[in-house]
Parts: sequence; structure tokens; C-alpha cells
Amino acid sequence: MTGGLLERHLAFLEALRGAGLPVSLVEDLDAVAALGALPWDDREVVRAAYAATLVKRQAQRTTFDTLFDLYFPRLVGDGVAGAEAGPDADGSADGDGGDGGDAEPPPLRDGAVALRDLRDRLVDALAADDPATLGPLAVETVSRFGSMPGRGPGLSSWSAYSALRRVAPAELTRRIVAALLTEGSGEAEARRAAARSVGAFTALVEDDARRRIAEEKGPDHVARTAVRPSIERIDFTAARRADVEEMRRQIYPLARRLATRLTREQHARRRGPVDFRRTVRASVSTGGVPLTTHHRPKRPHRTDLVVLCDVSGSVANFAQFTLLLVLALREQFQNLRAFTFVDQVHEVTGHLRPGADLGDVMAELAASAEHAARWGRTSYGRAFTTFTEQYGGVLGPRSSLLILGDARSNYSDPGLEALREMAGAARHAWWLNPEHRRHWQTGDSLAGVYGEVVPMVECRNLTQLGEFVHDLV
Amino acid sequence: MPDAQWFSSPSDAQARLAAAGYLADEATGTTAYLAGALEKPLLVEGPAGVGKTELAKAVSRATGAELVRLQCYEGLDEARALYEWNYKKQLLRIQASQGQESWDETHDDIFTDEFLLTRPLLTAIRRAEPTVLLVDEVDKTDVEVEGLLLEVLSDFQVTIPELGTLSAVRRPFVVLTSNASRELSEAVKRRCLFLHLDYPDAAREAEIVASQVPDLEQRVAEQLVATVARLRELELKKAPSIAESVDWARTLVALEIRELDEKAIGDTLGVVLKHASDQDRAVRELRLR
Repeated sequence: MTGGLLERHLAFLEALRGAGLPVSLVEDLDAVAALGALPWDDREVVRAAYAATLVKRQAQRTTFDTLFDLYFPRLVGDGVAGAEAGPDADGSADGDGGDGGDAEPPPLRDGAVALRDLRDRLVDALAADDPATLGPLAVETVSRFGSMPGRGPGLSSWSAYSALRRVAPAELTRRIVAALLTEGSGEAEARRAAARSVGAFTALVEDDARRRIAEEKGPDHVARTAVRPSIERIDFTAARRADVEEMRRQIYPLARRLATRLTREQHARRRGPVDFRRTVRASVSTGGVPLTTHHRPKRPHRTDLVVLCDVSGSVANFAQFTLLLVLALREQFQNLRAFTFVDQVHEVTGHLRPGADLGDVMAELAASAEHAARWGRTSYGRAFTTFTEQYGGVLGPRSSLLILGDARSNYSDPGLEALREMAGAARHAWWLNPEHRRHWQTGDSLAGVYGEVVPMVECRNLTQLGEFVHDLV
Repeated sequence: MPDAQWFSSPSDAQARLAAAGYLADEATGTTAYLAGALEKPLLVEGPAGVGKTELAKAVSRATGAELVRLQCYEGLDEARALYEWNYKKQLLRIQASQGQESWDETHDDIFTDEFLLTRPLLTAIRRAEPTVLLVDEVDKTDVEVEGLLLEVLSDFQVTIPELGTLSAVRRPFVVLTSNASRELSEAVKRRCLFLHLDYPDAAREAEIVASQVPDLEQRVAEQLVATVARLRELELKKAPSIAESVDWARTLVALEIRELDEKAIGDTLGVVLKHASDQDRAVRELRLR
């Protein structure tokens, strides 16, 4: 491996480690050995070799791919595509500024023609769903409409956001759907296909902008600032729409993994205490020597679980994920009752049928949030008081209480007495808080006050949620 | 370093696997080649039914190597995975030599190769011919077995107290498969190359279905693959696997269905979806009824 390449390789590894992938020295050496055994002419082969030696968990693959594209870019500057596209359109002067960074701001009256032209070509490519033309188009989009020249030093001069705002792919969707409909696809089918290809194009543009920024400011900078964490580590409260859907897909496998782990652990501890009578009786046949001991079977310990969820806007995602995970683990609990609240308590146990479809449950839970609010502002105090009044009997010595929420009560009465009563009635009580620990007890947060009554646990992402539920059962 | 016995390049791996009836994509071909060239075990992960086990079988077919398979399960132990002494035979041997031999002779005699029952791991290591060792569903075992695997996977040797350390005569091509129902230990992962197999894209799946079920008309095959892709997009408990699309194709051929319309899909949905709630959802989303 030559000097420059080795440097790049090491920097790439550093970036992976920085992004949370545990890349050891052995794997580093493996990667070098793998690259040595391979032809270098195909970028995808190099990617596959790196992936095989460095990535050991599929959840990290997205992070890996982003970083790989940063450190081993597909092309430099506008590449061949830019040179080809340049002469035929009148907006070409805008596009060439990328390398030197000395281009003038794209004149809007010129850009309008170029924009129309580009949008026309985009519709064709998107409707045909042709990755071969989409790639160059994404490069061209960023090159023409994503440059922000003239910004001060230290600020990046490329923006996927402004490029996408100019091109507005979402508006293109309608035209794509129309194009697909004339080709004879069904309405729903066309809509789905259009949404998918527009999504893919958006991702391509974002990738390209990131690549250009990396070219200017060095990949290390971008790796530090612009790479999203893997889905298991994204905060519930910061999740984007697409992330939420991906997280929901992860819930069922997560529950299955948890359940397998739990059965295995219970299995290992299954042998109970010695059954004295049976052992002695069996020893009669061997002349009083207890050759085989008999054990009492260990009864699996199952508790009733009572879940109380804050479903106000700020934490709704978090509450739904937790409820779904609890639902998926239903067989681990004797009995499950779930309540949602904003300021009124509403029972949702009925929605959590075993074996129900996760998507439906999600929708029903969201709909039931209406019942949980009368005044529309979160009030933990009022919710706890109504709960003790209406459902006080639910909590007993066999039940565990689980409260989900950010403990932000809009400066209203905290209702500590009611909470104390609830915690006292239950066998165990926990509070899961989706906020980072450092935000607790700031603003209207009552995390500290409630935390004294009920042990409070930080639970911001799927990993932490899985860990907690495992300990709970 | 690259051994002639496996593959000579990524494209060679892809081509030979295809000839053996396994349509691999580029990443799979590259990784399979690397596993042979670097002589490192290959850990294949992915959802059920995407062809993880099939990959190992295809490697063995493509290279003419013998396949030795260790099926893992909960409670698998050393005696089942590695080796065991054949106690009955040892006892017979002692009884047969009643009093004619000294203790020392007998003692040395009964701990020889003759009385050793080799299990898959040891078998694979001792074979002089090319071998593909498949450790199937490694995530089903207990954590202790991983410790056992570590010695085998990193040094390709096994220590038997009575015989000493047996090293591999010829390194086998090792494939471990896992459904990721349990996170494997870092130590095992570090020793392996990693490959995540996922559902293939539509074109490749159509090829796979066509190669497995040649009787299926191409138009029906395309409809089938499109429907399966659509089903995978829904949030199902168990998304249909490649194996299930192949099953579905066979069903359609057996029922002589020439057109995969909504009625045909509805009638045969049980072949691909095996949860009641999944079927309900599919019927609703695809507007079958």
C-alpha cells in the first residue's frame, strides 16, 4: 500500500472508530490483507472487502457506507458528468465553480431555464427509475443549485438543502405519478413507486453534497459533524419521520431477541431447590444412598405490569415504542394493563391484543391520545390524582408500575402524594425518561422531585430501551 | 497466499457459485473469495430463508470440497461438537485382553485413534481433502460453545488431553450462519469475515426463482417477484423469504395457475405468510377481498 493510500486507510479507520464502530488492530490488518488480495479497479469490490473485514453488525452498515463514500469518493469535483452536462445547457457557468470555489452567485434568470430543463430530465429519469441516469443528475443538481459561493472561510459552500429546495422533488412527484399512470400502472402503485424514487434521489443529492464538502474541508470534518448515528442510537425525541418507521421495523426483532435471551437465561436457572421427600424416597431403591437428587421445578416468576404513559406531543414517539415493546413481550407478564394520559387517564389495554398488527396498534394508540387530554396541557399531578381515584385498585403487591414520560408538567401541581401512594401500592416502580440526564430538572422538568419517589432511568434510544426491559423482566 | 483450491478472484467466485446453482451478488462473491484467500472463517448473518446455509453448500459444490456440517442447538456441548471417547469400545477392549496385558499397555491402548469418535469440528480439521465446514445457526448455542469455537476458528487446532494438540492438515473453508437472535461475542466476530445477506433485488430474485422452478412462465414469475417485494415492504412479523417465493412458484406450477391475479394470490397466500395477522394485513393492503 502506498503512502497516501495508507494514510487515507488509517484516517478512514479512525473515522469509523469515532462513529462508534469497534475496529480492532486485527481487523485493520485483515482489511489491509484483503485489499492486497484484490484487484483495485472496482470500487464496489473495495467497499465489499472493507465491509467484510470491518463491519460486524448490520446496524452499523449505514454509517460505514456514508463514511466509505466520504473517504473513497466516487468522483472528484463535477467529474465526467459535470463536464458532459456543461456545454449543452445555458446554466453551465454556475456548475463549474465547485473546484476553485470562486464562482459567482448563480444568476437566477439564467437558472430558471436550467432549472426547468433539469426538472424535465429528472421526471423522465425518476419515472423510469433508472439508477444509471439518476446518479449523474444528482451530481448536476448539487453542482448547479447547491453551491453557496462567497461564504466566509470555515463555512461549507455546498448545501443539499438549498439544492433540493430549488428543485423541489416533492412537487415532481405529481408529474411522475402522472407519467407512470399513462404507462398503465395502478394509482397506488404509481404513487408508491414515485415516492420511492424521489426518496432515493434525495439521498443521492445529500450524499453528493456531503462528498463535495468533504473534498473542500477534508473528510474528517464531515465524518465528525454530518454522519448520523445508527438507528439503535438515535434519540426517540430527535427521530425524523423515516427514522421512526425504521425504528418501528426494529421493534419486533428487538422483542424477539430479548425474548430468546430471557428464555435462555431462565432455562439456565431452571433447576430449583432440592425436593427432600422425593430424593429420600428415590434413595430407598439404592439402599438409602441418594444417587439421584430430585429438584422442585422452578416456577417462572411473572408479574403484573401496569404501564402509565405520557402521550403528549413531545414524548408520543417514545411512549408508543415502549408500549409496543411491552406488547411484544406480553407473554413475559402475567397481566398487562396500559394507560395513557396527558391530563386525563385513559385505559388502552384493549388495543394491545397479543398477535395484533403493530401498524394498527400504533395508529389506535395515536388516536386514543384524544381521550387522554381534556385541557390539552400535560399535567402529571392531575393524571396521577385521577389514576389513584379511578384505577387505584389496579396496583397491588404483585404488580410492577412503569411510568413513561419526560416529567415536564407545565409548572402545575406535581401531585407527589398521589404518586407516592401509587409507588407504595405496587411491588416495584420505575420511571423511564426519554430526555438526556443533563436536561433533567431544567425548566419545568420535575425529574429530580419525582426521581426521589420512583427510581428514574434515562431511556433515549432502542438500545437503552431493550436493556431496561430485559432488567425489568 | 491465495490457495488454488478455493477461488482465484471475486468474479471467479461469482461465476463458479452461479455454475453451482447459487446466484450471488457482487459483495457475496467478493466476500466468499476473501474467505478463501485469507483463510478466515466467514460469518453470514441475515433474515431466515435468504440462502445463508445454501451459500456454504454452493461453495462446497463449486469447489468440489466435502461439506461437514455442525448443526447448533441449545445445549450443544463439546462431546457433540468436537470429539468423544468411545467408552463401550474401550470397555470391550479391556475385557478382551483379560489379564494378558499389563496396565500400562492397556492404558495406552485405549486412548488411541481407534477409540476416538470425531464430531464435525474435529472431522473437518483432520481431513486432508478440501473441506467446507458449516457451523449452522451458531446463535442457537450457549455462550460456552463460542469459547470452544474460538480455538478452532483462530488456530484451526483442537487439544485432546490424551493425544495432544491436533492441528489442521489443511485449513477448511469455514462458514458460520446466524439469524442474529443473539448477539455473538466480539471475540468470535473479530476472527471472522462478516457478510450480511439480505433479500435480493427484483431482477436477481426473478433469476433465482427461474433457475429453481424452470417450469414457471416468465410473466408469472415477474408478477410473483413484484408481489413478494410488495409484501416485504409491509410491516410483517415474518417477511417472505427467498425460500418461500420459490415454494410459492412451485405451488403455482402445481396448481397450474397461469395468471397471478388477486384471486390466485388470495388463495395461495398461506404459502408465503405464516402468521394470521400478517395475512390479514396483506389482504387489506393489497385489497384482495
